[in-house]
Amino acid sequence: MQVVFDRPKALCDVPLHYCPGCTHGIIHRITAEVIDELGIEGDTVGICPVGCAVTAYDYFGCDMIEAPHGRAPAVATGVKRANPDLTVFTYQGDGDLAAIGTCETVHAAARGENITVIFVNNTIYGMTGGQMAPTTIPGQVTQTTPYGRKPEMNGFPVRMCEMLATLDGTALAQRVAVDSVPHIKEAKAAIKKAFENQINKRGFSIVEILSTCPTNWGMTPSEAMERLRSEMIPYYPLGVYRDTDVWNGQ
Amino acid sequence: MSKVLMKGNEALAEAAMRAGCKCFFGYPITPQTEISAYLAKHMAKRGGVFLQAESEIAAINMTLGAAASGVRAMTSSSSPGISLKSEGISYIAASDLPCVIVNVERGGPGLGGIQPAQSDYNQAVKAPGHGDFHMLVFAPSSVQETVDMTYLAFDMADKYRMPAMILSDGLMGQMMEPVEFPDREVNPVEKPWACSGHKNKREHNIINSLYLKPDILEDSVRSRYKRYEQVENELPDAESYLCEDADIVVTGFGAAARIAETAVNNAREKGIRAGLFRPKTLYPFPKKELNEAVGNAKAILDVEMNMGQMIDDIKLYTECRLPVYFYGRTGGNIPSAEEILHEIEVCSMKGEKAECR
Amino acid sequence: MLTEIIFSGFGGQGILFAGKTLAYSGMDMGKEISWLPSYGPEMRGGTANCSVCISDDKIGSPLVTSPDILAVMNTPSFDRFESKVKSGGIIFADSAMTERETVREDVEFHKIPASELADKNGLTGMGNIVLLGNMLKECGNRLGDFTLSAVKEAFKKIVPPSKPELLEKNIKALELGYAY
Repeated sequence: MQVVFDRPKALCDVPLHYCPGCTHGIIHRITAEVIDELGIEGDTVGICPVGCAVTAYDYFGCDMIEAPHGRAPAVATGVKRANPDLTVFTYQGDGDLAAIGTCETVHAAARGENITVIFVNNTIYGMTGGQMAPTTIPGQVTQTTPYGRKPEMNGFPVRMCEMLATLDGTALAQRVAVDSVPHIKEAKAAIKKAFENQINKRGFSIVEILSTCPTNWGMTPSEAMERLRSEMIPYYPLGVYRDTDVWNGQ
Repeated sequence: MSKVLMKGNEALAEAAMRAGCKCFFGYPITPQTEISAYLAKHMAKRGGVFLQAESEIAAINMTLGAAASGVRAMTSSSSPGISLKSEGISYIAASDLPCVIVNVERGGPGLGGIQPAQSDYNQAVKAPGHGDFHMLVFAPSSVQETVDMTYLAFDMADKYRMPAMILSDGLMGQMMEPVEFPDREVNPVEKPWACSGHKNKREHNIINSLYLKPDILEDSVRSRYKRYEQVENELPDAESYLCEDADIVVTGFGAAARIAETAVNNAREKGIRAGLFRPKTLYPFPKKELNEAVGNAKAILDVEMNMGQMIDDIKLYTECRLPVYFYGRTGGNIPSAEEILHEIEVCSMKGEKAECR
Repeated sequence: MLTEIIFSGFGGQGILFAGKTLAYSGMDMGKEISWLPSYGPEMRGGTANCSVCISDDKIGSPLVTSPDILAVMNTPSFDRFESKVKSGGIIFADSAMTERETVREDVEFHKIPASELADKNGLTGMGNIVLLGNMLKECGNRLGDFTLSAVKEAFKKIVPPSKPELLEKNIKALELGYAY
């Protein structure tokens, strides 16, 4: 019998803990597929965030390190500088990367650190039960913005790709989504490029993936996908914000 | 190798490289500056990595990453910077990672000052971060000892899979003394737990400090404390000077102890039977050695460059059998041998009569 | 025997270097020595000083609070440290940089226009070493068993080999002070 669909090798054969309808599963899968396709699992080290993906160390088959909240790019820098031949990626959520870890993120990018950052943006703190995130959209109701996010009180969201695209050390800053098959294919291609950039020593690569959180948004998975399309993509436009070779003079 | 004249900070940096330190991550702060400057100049030439981080927090986490990948790694700072590193130190301890952290102490609290102090004893020994854990703490009292302890810190960190701190201070870091770098081979320890790529030859390694099930977390902490028992049996180190017949034993560590030694000599010249007990490891504390040193004493005078932090341990480990007096200077002031001598004289008159404070 | 020395002046006068030279010489002679600089903002354009201890025995505090020998290259340093000198101690002053005389009657006082002598001999910026040379001569064995040649040897170690002209100049400055 011909196998037409299988678990990627770089994804461990264990049940994931993510909520029904959560898109972390899709993103894990396409990341693992890329690792398989590039044949780099044995030379890859992944860094987990603090947040919903904290236990991703149990899911990816490569060596995994769990970092303090927001510090994954610094931990990745330490691994990469000590072992330039390894492929090092971080997998971070919006609270981790764009709030408590903004400093580490910005400076890893500014240094042109040869690492790959998978940034999952679902506009909310999932693990702690749905609080306002740095990417929560104005008007969005969360546990800590019960009347909707008011910019005059809570300020504005951070658009990380746009911000990081201004830095000379950023090789790739691309925003994708996982709400449809074409978008998932695009997301996988972007992740693959971010890994290839690292292998080719082109500089810091970040792929921001617009994702859903049905549980904390209080929606069904399909409603959540619809919200991603109707509210998130207009606020966080998809696209390539920077694509260059930082270290090879292109 | 013949002796060279070096600042404590530079000697520490040189010793780290000789001890096989492959990665250093730092952030500028006085008075540890020379460590970074020296390593910036020499590390790359000798096949290592020097990187100036964007913050103390980033520096300790880069150290975490490098240590997790199996190389010898170090970061250094001074008091306020160590507070920022405490999150990372806790994660490093909880992940059973070996590394070396240097604290060239200055006056505190807050931004404090930049002159020498020892006010981070409690932080280093009792609470370097949240949670149940310990860090090895070495307290050098000369430039030579700074070098020797740097070698030892890397070896012991690897042996016990713990973070190790060199607790220096502005005086030890800035002063120059003749120093010798003993020839030694770096014997790399096997680190089968390291995250350096499984090369498709083994299961994936996970370096982690999260245990959501209380029983599993408790087990992990308890097994770490088993290791600490071993550390407490094997590693305590101290110097006892003229303690055998001493009526009064002065206790102190690092810079304060070397000044106290002069005062002890001066007291002896005046006919006062004084001695000095100097813990070289602050964690594990040399309890047995302390009790041996004060075996014949009538009183203890604890001298520190702080408001009295080690004094609680001195009382605790001697079970308050003797009166324990204290003399300290803080805020960046350094006690003089004359001041300490005066206290020795006063205390030796009080002798046994006083209550343990 | 323990000899405690303070060198003091403005930043940029080579105060730390003069102290280091003495410390290096002491080390080569098998003495216990320590050298401790002032550090921090004080260094940036302000005053600089360093403590040097030379001893036959182990050194306790490297911080000198009451020196046997004080060398000053400006008035603020003179004012700051004069009263700290031990009774029977010695003060050396660069009289090109400070017009002050000592008010102490229990110390020995030497003045030498060190910076001016340096300037006149094409050794601008080496007043520190001229002063050191004079100190070696006047102190005699109160400094320990220091000899001119021991200090010259020390220069060979601390002056970078890439700058041989500096070695020559330092030795010349030292001799100039010694001959004064």
